This record gives sequence, structure tokens and C-alpha cells, in this order.
Amino acid sequence: MISVRCDQSKAPKFADGQCVQVIQDESLGHCRTPLYVRGAYGKIVSYIGSYKNPEDLAYGGSGLPESPLYWVEFNLSELWDNYTGDNTDTLQVEVYEHWLRKTAQDK
Amino acid sequence: MMPHDHPHPTSRDHSEPRAAFDRLLSQVLTALDESALLTTAEVTAQIEDMEGRTPTEGAKLIARCWVDPEFRELARHDLPAAAAQIGISMPPHPVFLILENTEDLHHVVVCTLCSCYPRPILGPPPVWYKSRNYRSRVVKEPREVLAEFGTVLPAGTNLRVVDSTADCRYLVLPLRPKGTEHLAESELASLVSRDSMIGVTKVST
Repeated sequence: MISVRCDQSKAPKFADGQCVQVIQDESLGHCRTPLYVRGAYGKIVSYIGSYKNPEDLAYGGSGLPESPLYWVEFNLSELWDNYTGDNTDTLQVEVYEHWLRKTAQDK
Repeated sequence: MMPHDHPHPTSRDHSEPRAAFDRLLSQVLTALDESALLTTAEVTAQIEDMEGRTPTEGAKLIARCWVDPEFRELARHDLPAAAAQIGISMPPHPVFLILENTEDLHHVVVCTLCSCYPRPILGPPPVWYKSRNYRSRVVKEPREVLAEFGTVLPAGTNLRVVDSTADCRYLVLPLRPKGTEHLAESELASLVSRDSMIGVTKVST
């Protein structure tokens, strides 16, 4: 599995394996959460580290406080209707904590 | 970023000239020259540094990973430190990582939002990597896209599409082809293509 030197300055809220939903927010502006995963259900792969918030940085802000960033995994056959690949195909996306909410483990 | 003293194509799909963007860029660079923030010379130096980097650097790193388990372990945990050992300098941010392909797992990398790419190791990304076609399709029909690159994954191989959306940049560590045990490290490096390090192809002999 991927491993990386982490900035542990801010404790992450979500544990590895936690089921999450990406917040369905239609806000525009500079954010790093792609539209195609908004509202989607996935699973935390792991915490990456905490980084300056791009939504604030893009408009001249400090980006502080840093926001925990996670790898979130989605099952492609759940993400797309009529997905033609294998059921085991996955997508891994970097998502900031403030774009995620916890869901039941057995959604 | 481009210096403002020569013409250059710019578009949302990076494939056609957009005169308005050229004018905007010229004006931004002029304003920067007049500020204390950054000069056109610094912008040009940065572009030249990036253009001097090519997939050859990445291929060297991959070949070393194949032949040297200790180096591979270092690359797994600290890619910039491993790169430094073979003379590739990398900035402290973003986070650079390798994605290791195995017999059972194949990775392919995209940046659906723009064109995030491990530039210090691979140089500037290819035009298709920045195209809307690739960016929109590889997350939706990845096996079809891979097939267009001539890559057909065997049944049972797990496929992981990795979207480089924020602070990480990924280099795929392709599977070493079978029957290459006798090859020297430099010969192995010559087999490693740019596309295999993005994950749209495999390395073959």
C-alpha cells in the first residue's frame, strides 16, 4: 500500500476504512473536489497529511488552518450507471476532510 | 507559464491558440516584472528547468527500483530522497509517490481537474494527458481507454484509477517484464516508456 511521510500537525477525524459520502455541494470557485464524485459514497483508504486549504489559497488567503486530506476509494461500478468494466475496478481520489461526511459502515 | 516574448498556443483543451489568453499572459508577466514578486527571467528559468526534464529521468528511477530492493523501499517511503540518489532534484511539495503495479493490480493516473503530473520526474505532460477526452473518459470507461493505448488487462486484474486532485503527484512503477533478468540497469531503463509510468501501457521487451 501507499505510504508517505505525513504532516501529523492536525489529527484526522476519519480512520482508515471508514465509509464516507462526499458532500453534495455545488459551490464553484477553486476547489479540488471533482464534481463527478460529489454525493458519491466511498471509503477512506488512508490519511495523507494536512495541507493548506486550496479554496482559500486560490483567492489570496493563507489557506490556514490546514485541512486533513485523505485518499478516498470509490467502486467504479457504483459510481457510474451502466459501468462496463469489472466490478472490482476502483477509483482513488484525494479529498479534503471538510468535503466528507461519515456514513454507516454497511451503506 | 510561458515567457511573453514569443507566441504560444493556449486553450482549455491545450490544442488551439487563444489570442485573449496570450494578451492576458503578457499583461500578467508585465505586471509581475514591475512588482517585487517574480520576474519574467525567473519564469523563463523555471520553464527551462521543466523542459530540461524528460521521461528518461523517470525511466532511470524505475529501472533502479527493479534491480535494487533497498532503493525500491526508499522510493516507496521517500520518493524525493530516492530521486536525489540518481541526481534528480525535486521540490518539497507537492507529495510525490510511486504506485506499484503488481500481477494483480494495475494503476492508471489522471488529473481530471487540470494537468497535475510528476513533472520533476517526467517533464511536461503529453498533450493527450491534458485533453478533455482522456480526463473525462479514463475515470468512466478506463478499460476502453487503456485498450485504445493497446493495453488489455487480463481478466481478474484489479484496476485502480488514481485521480491526482490535490497535493499528490503519482509515478506508476510498472511491472518488470518477464525474461529481462539478464539485462543491465541501463538496458532496462531504455524499455521504460513515459506512457507506462502514467499507467496507460505496460512495459514490454
